[in-house]
Parts: sequence; structure tokens; C-alpha cells
Amino acid sequence: MLPALGAVPFLAYVGVFLLYPTLVVVGGAFVDDDGALTLQNVRAVVGSPYLEAFVRSLQLSAITAVVGAVLGALLAWAVATGDPDGLLRRVVTSASGVLAQFGGVTLAFAFLATVGFEGLVTVALREQGIDLFAGGAWIFELPGLVLVYTYFQIPLMVIVFLPALDGLKPQWREAARSLGGSAWTYWRRVAGPVLAPAFFGSMLLLFANAFSAYATAAALVSQGAPIVPLQIRNLQTSEVLLGQQNLARALGLGMVLVVAVVMALYALLQRRTTRWLR
Amino acid sequence: MRAVRYSVLGVLGAFFLLPLVAMLDFSTRGAPGGGRDFTAWTSIADDRALLDAIAVSLQLSVLTSVLMLVLLLPTMVWVQLRLPKLKRLVEFLCLLPLVIPAVVLVVGIASLYSWVSYFLGNSALTLTFVYVVLVLPYAYRALESGLQAMDLRTLSEAARSLGAGWGTVMLRVVLPGVRAAVLSAALLTVALVLGEFTLASLLNFPTLQVAINLTGKRDAALSIAVSLAALLLAFGLLLVLSQLVGRRRTARVAEPLAPSGGKA
Repeated sequence: MLPALGAVPFLAYVGVFLLYPTLVVVGGAFVDDDGALTLQNVRAVVGSPYLEAFVRSLQLSAITAVVGAVLGALLAWAVATGDPDGLLRRVVTSASGVLAQFGGVTLAFAFLATVGFEGLVTVALREQGIDLFAGGAWIFELPGLVLVYTYFQIPLMVIVFLPALDGLKPQWREAARSLGGSAWTYWRRVAGPVLAPAFFGSMLLLFANAFSAYATAAALVSQGAPIVPLQIRNLQTSEVLLGQQNLARALGLGMVLVVAVVMALYALLQRRTTRWLR
Repeated sequence: MRAVRYSVLGVLGAFFLLPLVAMLDFSTRGAPGGGRDFTAWTSIADDRALLDAIAVSLQLSVLTSVLMLVLLLPTMVWVQLRLPKLKRLVEFLCLLPLVIPAVVLVVGIASLYSWVSYFLGNSALTLTFVYVVLVLPYAYRALESGLQAMDLRTLSEAARSLGAGWGTVMLRVVLPGVRAAVLSAALLTVALVLGEFTLASLLNFPTLQVAINLTGKRDAALSIAVSLAALLLAFGLLLVLSQLVGRRRTARVAEPLAPSGGKA
């Protein structure tokens, strides 16, 4: 038997269910309804309203990546300094796993129950005479998405950053101290530089995560399409006027390009991380 | 330092607990002035569509785990032993879904799915095919770390020289050797499938997450009760698992599903 035949089932499967759809997206972005080459779709994507959606998607991803990375790193630090086999750590890592990976639709409902029109916080504040929605229905717009996304970005940061914190060797701290360094010096000159690649790498991962996310936004925002994934939903679910299909593909191609650049940077940083940690 | 630690835990703990408490409050609100009302919770068990969707999602998670293992594990073993030149390609293909958001995959795969339902019927279980693609990166990493940890070449050559066929090698040498990795790959798959919304929703198949979302359109209290139940169940499951398999392995179980992850 030819050894190469052993890889055929896998390659055939991936060819059909991964490479073919990818090629459909990439190819479709550059053709019109009759299959003739055109730049029309791409030109539409860099014009209104799709360009605005991309800008908002990038803003949403950037804000929640930075906030999520900072708060998530703090939480990971608070957990890492505790008992490695303790209850706190198990509870936080399990909860993070659920919120970061399983949440989706359920998180949208969680925030509707909290700061929706009849949410717990909304009602409590209303009784104090404060109208949470004086500035409009922000929960269904970009600020609402930022809030809900942060709720799953922080846990994701805990999951990806905790191993890096665990990789800090106690000997480094002791060495810094025995050479007369303060705690500040240790963080500034030892732990900080060692953790920096992991921190920024995790931040990029968070960015890609928010940029690709769909479920939470889809469940929360049923009207309008502030971000790119929701624009794709609109094109995908509207009883297709021909040509919309290829426009959706061009939007998809744009998303893939953004995520690919971010993940390439992530891979670069990852290589630096592994030099010192794990 | 200790004060900072406790205030971080306190503030973030409150931020994470508040929405959960709000869900409990919202789903048990009775008539104004009345007491708590648990109708939403008890009606979960009466909701036919929801129960069907749960059954579909559970079947999907089993089917996807099995197909993923059957497709991926023998290929990875075979490539490592006999086709080392293909290793980079297989790795690249397995990690490729990380840069293709689920919502983009839908755009490319929608036309393919009209063929799939033409041949296999319009069943939600056909989602298995695309879910296998979705879990490839995480399953690959889990299995890869398991395969790296065992001396595959020596063990398989020993088995072969004693007369074992490749099937025996796979089932009786490789599989027991990577049991932990197989388990964690399967767990990641189950978690991802149970949480998946994007593909199911845009391809119009009634899975758990799709059903929860639809419920939200007609009965807010019910949908919030189901959401909270799903979150708590998933949390309980992970917590028990972390207790069972110990800290070292949970770190792997909880490895990042990002990007696109469960929210995919």
C-alpha cells in the first residue's frame, strides 16, 4: 500500500469542508453574478455603510481586547498568587472556561436581565430617579456590545494568561530581592519584560476573538447591523437579491484578512514568549 | 499587596456575579407586589421545541467527537510515522479554521449545504460535517500534545514486529497511550458543539443555542431561565471535571478555544 494513501481521507474531507468554502469566499469576492471578474464587491466594501461597520468592528475588538487584557491579567494575577490547588482557582478557571467559550447567546440574555429595559440594575436605578437610557438604547448599540464582550474577554484572558504567570519562577523574585531590588524593581525589570510578549500576544488573541464573534451580537442586536458579522447576517438571510451573495463573500474576505494579520502577529509574539516561559 | 489582591477579586467578582443574580431575579419575577414566581423554570421541562433542540445538540456533540477522532487521530499517527513531510501541511490545515471566523465559513459553505441536504436529507445532524472543521484546531492541539508525550515510533514498531496489523496498533497501542488527550479533545468538542450558534442559526438548524435565542423572542423570562440553567450546568460540569482530573490536566481542558471559540 502506498503510504500517501493514508492521508487521503483527511485531505479529501478538509478539501471539501474547509478549503472549498474558503475558495468560494475568496473567489466570490472578485466575481459578479455572471461569474465575470470584477472589483465591484471589493469597492463596495470600502465604501459606506460597510466601511463604517469595519471601523466599528475594529473599535469594538480593540477596546474590549485592551480592557479585557488589563482586567483579565489582574484577575489572573490575583488567582495565581493563591493556592494552586485551592477552591478559588478551580472556581475561577471553570467559570472562565464557561464564560469565554460557551457563553454566546446566553450572555446576551444575561445582560438584558441586568441592564435591559426591565433589567435588575435599570429598575433599581430608575427607583433612584436615574434613567439608564436617557442617552438612547445604548445596550443594543456599540456601547452595549462593548459591555457584553468585556464579560467574555476577561475570562478568556484569564485562561490564556494564567499559564504565563505560572511560568514565573520564584527564584527570579528571590534573586532580584537578594541583589537588593524592591518589589517594584522586580516587576519593572524582571517579571514585566518576561511577561510582556505573553501579555500582548494574549491581547491579540482577544482582539481576534472579539472580531470573529457573532452569537452574542446576533442575539443582542436584532435590528440594524453595527458590526461586520451582523452585516454578513443581513446579506445572508435577506431573500437574496443576486449579487448580495458575492458582497457577503467580499465582507468575509475582509474579515479573514484582518484575523490573519492579527494571528500572524500573535504567532510572532508566541515565539518570543516560549523563550522564557514554559 | 494582599489588599490589592482582595479588591481585584471583590470588584471583578461582583462584575461577574451581578448579571447572574440579575438573571435569577428576572426569571423569577412574579406579578408586581407578589412573591417569587418559578413558572419560567418549571416550564422549561414542558417546552417541546427546547427539549428537542437539547437532544439534537447532544447527538451532534457525540457524532462530531466520533467523526473528529476517526478522521484526525489515524491521520496524525500515520503522518508522524510514515509521512513526516506532510506534517506541516496537516498542521496548517488543522489550524486554518482559526483565521476563518464561523460567520465567514457560513458564507462559503451555504451552497455546499444545499448539496449535503440533497443527498442526506435536511437533518440538523448534518451540521456534524462543518462542526468537525470547527473543532480541528483545538482537537489537533490536544491530540498532538498526547502523541508527543508517547514514544509512538518504538511502540508501533514493536507491535508491528510482533505481527500486529495497523488496526491493532491504532486500537490497542496508540489509543490507550493517548487516552487522556483523546478525552480532552472530546471534551473540547462537546463544549464547542453545545455552545455553537453561528453555523446552526445561519444554516437554519434547530440546535440548543438557536432554540434559546428563539425562545427569547416570545418569552423573555423562560429564555433567561434556560440561559442561566445552561451556564450553571456547564460550570458545574467543568468544576467536577477539574476536581476529577486534577489541576494539571484541567489547564489543558480549559485551553483557549479562541478565537471565535464557543461564541462562534
